[in-house]
Amino acid sequence: MGITDNTLTRRSFLGAVGATGAACVAANFIGFPSLADAADAAAPAANIDEIISKDMGPGAIAMEKVKIDTPPKAENGALIRMPISVDHPMEEKNYISSLAIYVDNNPKPLVGRFEFTPASGKAEVELRIKMAKASQVRAIAKSNTGKLYGAVMTIEVAEGGCAG
Amino acid sequence: MADIGEPRVRGPEKPLKKGELALIKTLIKHPMESGLRKDKETGNVIPAHFIEEVSAEFGGVSVMKATWSGAISKNPFFSFYVKADKSGPLTVTWKDNKGEKWTEKAEIKVE
Repeated sequence: MGITDNTLTRRSFLGAVGATGAACVAANFIGFPSLADAADAAAPAANIDEIISKDMGPGAIAMEKVKIDTPPKAENGALIRMPISVDHPMEEKNYISSLAIYVDNNPKPLVGRFEFTPASGKAEVELRIKMAKASQVRAIAKSNTGKLYGAVMTIEVAEGGCAG
Repeated sequence: MADIGEPRVRGPEKPLKKGELALIKTLIKHPMESGLRKDKETGNVIPAHFIEEVSAEFGGVSVMKATWSGAISKNPFFSFYVKADKSGPLTVTWKDNKGEKWTEKAEIKVE
């Protein structure tokens, strides 16, 4: 089974809509929201393990199979590239059914959750997230049989992004 | 609001072999306001306005469903895979917390 990429690069694809990251950073400078305000309002998550257990089900998380492929230092907190992949079969009786991303220090740690089927072919997504300050980021995958896999990394943020 | 919508979905341009994986890239204009930011001048909280659901169908079957928060970047790029076992439209739908909805599709071609 091969992976077919297409000729359109991500850069040109994003370019079509303009420099989104730059716009976001500019907004911070012209006196939009203050990151400090957002941070004050944001009580840290009480217990990330409890939240994950509630969302993804109880049980031990094997820290394997999941990969967060992003640099540990983000230049722009408004636009942190977040490619996440799970090295696991996607067969009728054995597949990854769910993948969730958490940022520990966010007031609402769950950033996004993705549900797959065997027809997905591969449990892999890429998106961009916002972070106002350094935090641990976790990706937790669940198989259709309820097994949990995960990865964790700390991301430093040079310039906090658009709060949140 | 001007800077919202214009959804885009791109699949592989060349036909795939049956069973190959197709990388699907999507993009939409959206403010993705978390509802946690304050307007510095008024002190008022900027109301939450973000896409909370993204789903994809291929050949009438759901292949991916995502739940998003306001911590996803503005004008969100998002990519995922689908197994190309036949030709057909891959339809992506975005829904935001104000009930607005956008749909766009890409044709998947299998030799």
